[in-house]
Amino acid sequence: MLEAAATLYTPAMLDIRAIRQQFPILSREVNGQPLVYLDSAASSQKPLAVIEGQREYLAHHHANIHRSAHHLAARATRDFEGAREKIGLHLGAAHSKEIIFTSGTTDAINLVAQTWGRVNLDAGDVVLVPRDAHHAALVPWQMIAENCDAIVEPIEIELQGERAGQIDRAAFTRQLQDLKPKLVVLGHVSNALGTIHPVEELCLEARNAGATTLVDGAQALPHLPIDVQKIGCDFYAVSAHKAYGPTGIGALYGRADVLDAMPPWRGGGEMIKSVSFEGTTFGELPFKFEAGTPHISGAIGFGLALDWLNKIGLQNAQTHEEALTSRATKQLLQIDGLRILGPATGTQKASVISFVIQPENAPAIHPADLATLLDNQGIAARTGHHCTEPLMAALGLAETGGTIRISFAVYNSFEEVDRAIEALKRAVNMLL
Amino acid sequence: MTDAQPTMNLEPRQQELIETFEMFGDWMEKYEHLIELGKELKPMAEADRVDENLIQGCQSRVWIACKTHDNGHLTFTADSDAIITKGLVALVLELFSNAPAAEIATANLHCLQKIGLHDHLSPNRSNGLSSMVQKIKLTALKSLA
Repeated sequence: MLEAAATLYTPAMLDIRAIRQQFPILSREVNGQPLVYLDSAASSQKPLAVIEGQREYLAHHHANIHRSAHHLAARATRDFEGAREKIGLHLGAAHSKEIIFTSGTTDAINLVAQTWGRVNLDAGDVVLVPRDAHHAALVPWQMIAENCDAIVEPIEIELQGERAGQIDRAAFTRQLQDLKPKLVVLGHVSNALGTIHPVEELCLEARNAGATTLVDGAQALPHLPIDVQKIGCDFYAVSAHKAYGPTGIGALYGRADVLDAMPPWRGGGEMIKSVSFEGTTFGELPFKFEAGTPHISGAIGFGLALDWLNKIGLQNAQTHEEALTSRATKQLLQIDGLRILGPATGTQKASVISFVIQPENAPAIHPADLATLLDNQGIAARTGHHCTEPLMAALGLAETGGTIRISFAVYNSFEEVDRAIEALKRAVNMLL
Repeated sequence: MTDAQPTMNLEPRQQELIETFEMFGDWMEKYEHLIELGKELKPMAEADRVDENLIQGCQSRVWIACKTHDNGHLTFTADSDAIITKGLVALVLELFSNAPAAEIATANLHCLQKIGLHDHLSPNRSNGLSSMVQKIKLTALKSLA
């Protein structure tokens, strides 16, 4: 039996009502119903601290950074570099110069592909990418591989049983021995299934086999403590907008010695030491990878979002998100024909639930139909392949519209879970 | 040969559709109606569920097949693996089925705006609906050539 929602709030836990008040969008209506936002894995909403902080910067402190000698430029530079420091600290980097600002995770991975990849990948070299990788962690490698005749191979994911959603470790070990990959790409948390991958173990194994390692951390940033030195990866990529920050800004962590050895990618201002028609020399880290005027207000917003998250406490957020996920899972499994994809119930995972409804003796319900009827009741969920088509194909869901995915952030409430389940039941009744 | 003036079929059908949708209290009822239409749609011959008849631009798969009759009228069969989409295609077929090709090709489906479908559907579904209408009009145009 489920406990009443109210009894699940304990004093030790977060005051979700107070947290919700910091997100103006959560009090709006959609289709005449109060919004229940269950698509934070696609993009999280923003707290006032971020919204107001960016506004404050734009209204009172904006100037271009690193250049002019005037007061505003110095202040903007300090704020921008302060954000870099915060991100470096949050990710456990040894030095803030190991943090390169990018437009997001996708941009960060493309940067590595176009610089490290261009120099280090030759014909016949192997890049391993997990089957559950987001397209952003796969396609940049396919593009560079096409140029240099390298080979991109999938790291297989177990599809069923106790270890569903986890990497097939025996197969991975064999691949490392047999293929001697130059690069191993990993995802910290699967956006489609919520699996938390043991990146520390996987990176160690890959490194021992001589591979460079890149971790896509887009889904981990809002949910898990991250320590790139402990993980032992060469690269780690994140986006601010998945973790309560603005869109259009993210970061690439790269270990200093690896970044130093990489050629610049985009040319322009900021990234140079001196320029002449006879020859141009490039700047030091991190600037050699940051051509042009960056997204200054975004970087500041990114820093503020991490401040906000750290004030809530990642551990507190995680506890609350796990409670939401577990409450939702219990109720979902009572729906006839509902099947949750990925990690088995009870396994630790991120606050993502991906499911399909295929009742016995009735045709499967198309995820797009469910999403339409949920949306009409104010529930924002995601349907489709979640930018993981190779995974959906392996799960046999490529042709049937993928899965429906609900994902939670720290601002979601137990009442919202219950409302979403009620709305889902109503939708299922209409569609059967 | 004195061909009879083609009957103007579409306008009364559009009016009827608008009136039907006016009866519903809210969008959940409208969706219930679309789902009913989807369930009632005559099954499509398996042989017509081919890529050639697949509509591009939909989140779910939709097939539409057309048959041209001697009197210049067109009839359609359709299917989709999503039931709301199937309801939408059924609604479009009800408008167009057994109408003269010339009228279909030049039709202005103002009723879809009037019943608020385009505004209410997600961009994906709305594009899907537009693609269905486009496909039918194109078929009509080709049959006139």
